[in-house]
Amino acid sequence: MTEEKTHHPEPSYLVDTGKYKGLMAWLTSTDHKRIGLMYMYAMMVFFAVGVILGMIMRIELFYPGQQVYGPQAYNGIFTIHGIIMIFTVVIPGLAAVFGNFSMPIMIGAKDVAFPRLNLFSFYLYILGAAIALASQFMGNGPPDTGWTFYAPYSIQTHTNVVAAVFGAFVLGFSSILTGLNFIVTMHRLRAPGMTFFKMPLFPWSLYATAWIQVLATPIVGITLLMIIAERWLRIGFFDPSLGGDPVLYQHLFWIYSHPAVYIMILPAMGVITEIIPTFAQKKIFGYKAIAISSLAIALVGYFVWAHHMYTSGMSTTARWVFSLLTFLVAVPSAIKVFNWVTTMYKGSISVKPPFLFAIGFIFLFMIGGMTGLSLGALATNIHVHDTAYVVAHFHYIVFGGVGFAFFAAIYYWYPKMYGRMYSFKMANWSFVFLFTGFNLLYFPQFIIGIMGMPRRYFDYLPQFTFGHQLSFFGGLLLVIGFIIMLITLFSKKGAKAPDNPWGGRTFEWTIPSPPPLENFDVMPEMGVNEQPYDYK
Amino acid sequence: MHTESVHITPYRTHAWVLITLLAFTFITITVTWIDLSALTVLIALLIASVKAYIVLTYFMHLKFESSLFRVFVFMVLFIYVLVILFTLSDYLFR
Repeated sequence: MTEEKTHHPEPSYLVDTGKYKGLMAWLTSTDHKRIGLMYMYAMMVFFAVGVILGMIMRIELFYPGQQVYGPQAYNGIFTIHGIIMIFTVVIPGLAAVFGNFSMPIMIGAKDVAFPRLNLFSFYLYILGAAIALASQFMGNGPPDTGWTFYAPYSIQTHTNVVAAVFGAFVLGFSSILTGLNFIVTMHRLRAPGMTFFKMPLFPWSLYATAWIQVLATPIVGITLLMIIAERWLRIGFFDPSLGGDPVLYQHLFWIYSHPAVYIMILPAMGVITEIIPTFAQKKIFGYKAIAISSLAIALVGYFVWAHHMYTSGMSTTARWVFSLLTFLVAVPSAIKVFNWVTTMYKGSISVKPPFLFAIGFIFLFMIGGMTGLSLGALATNIHVHDTAYVVAHFHYIVFGGVGFAFFAAIYYWYPKMYGRMYSFKMANWSFVFLFTGFNLLYFPQFIIGIMGMPRRYFDYLPQFTFGHQLSFFGGLLLVIGFIIMLITLFSKKGAKAPDNPWGGRTFEWTIPSPPPLENFDVMPEMGVNEQPYDYK
Repeated sequence: MHTESVHITPYRTHAWVLITLLAFTFITITVTWIDLSALTVLIALLIASVKAYIVLTYFMHLKFESSLFRVFVFMVLFIYVLVILFTLSDYLFR
């Protein structure tokens, strides 16, 4: 790709050059990089709240029986923990933060296609999150349905379900508009010469993600409105006592919420696909296979939703159909993993913090993925359905996958974002604590899940005590890891970052760190013979 | 990079589309007075589909845009049909 001068006369995007200064300059900025950072700061706050709630749950579960608070409070805490972590952290996650910050630069654009719509999406995100959080303090107490809002309980409970559901509905709009913006950006604003099959693979993953956001999110939006309509107007959609079908709710909910897992994980895979060739200094193996597998995951992942419903009373035919499709979606996921490993093979590997987190991702994602197959198999699913095994599985995917990819991404693009380096030693320590803590927290949940520990239970039998206690200590290590990471990144200014500290080959490494407001001084181009990840 | 071609649809075309949509709305209401038993929903869906086709074609400019947009619309419809079929794999075999 075309190299540019390293010293840029334009001020960086971090310098206020517009009408407003300080906070107002940020809150009114339509610059994709600032919006990406604003998402990141907001997500850090929500994530911290989610972690605290998680630890409050672990404290209660330290011994069997009631310790600190009662079962109703426990139900409320795991519900809001799920709502915050799913709807405000991992679903917008990497796409909102790094998609906004990096994608336009990686395709050679000055901004996204609709910068104002982008800022509007951010405000919808804040509004939706605020409504969801406010549901804790309004009406008849915090919702106690779990983040899935399963009917008919969500119709019947007297807790404040409507506000939480409406918050998720608003957050969905933010997701749809971001997806739409990204699709148009990648179709219309790619640099001259950058065909779709010369586009870097992180934008490719965002492209696949954006289609899911646009196509799947409206379904959950309507479904959530149906819950509100049923509660207020007593229309019998889902409640059998009103003539409705509760299994229909589960279909509609998971038609969105399973693809939502791919909204979370596809950008994570995209980040890993950027990091591995950079730190192996080797061309990515199977570029087209990775690009197409992103689309294949998006497409097939759309049709596996009912594997969440094997025990719901669904027909046997549907169960084997969805089990088969679940096994199929593992194929494109495995293609990516094999390609990452093959890219590393005989590479000149430099084990820097982003790479450590990337290989941590592969390890954890493999455990999450393989246990997902045992859950996708009809026979084993019946035994472990709604147990702690499921809790462990989806945390390995959502936290071990998305979370570790997020940490990898922040360590990877931090020098570009802020123009500063950080202490590798401290970053490596954060990895040690996060990786150890994560496994100590969630692996015991697989074991006690197989032993029969149900999920979402306030109390448990004495044989599960040791597993829960290990999880508590794992949680403590995780919290220490987060604190080390925050200190590493934000406590003091590191040395000035060069424009290309990792030897990357995509466009963002050809511009100054931090980038100027409109990214490029001269419109970048890709030559006919140039390829992405063209390492010598 | 991209060249734009702007198509301006004459008012007369818009007027005809509006009249056609109103006519189909009238038909939709009229058929509710006729007892078609199991076919009632099917007829209503067919009329709605024709109306959606007209809206997409003229009001949403599919007729005048590049074929890429038509590909997108067909892709969405294809996914929608698959979602219905897979859902029916539950409801038809319970």
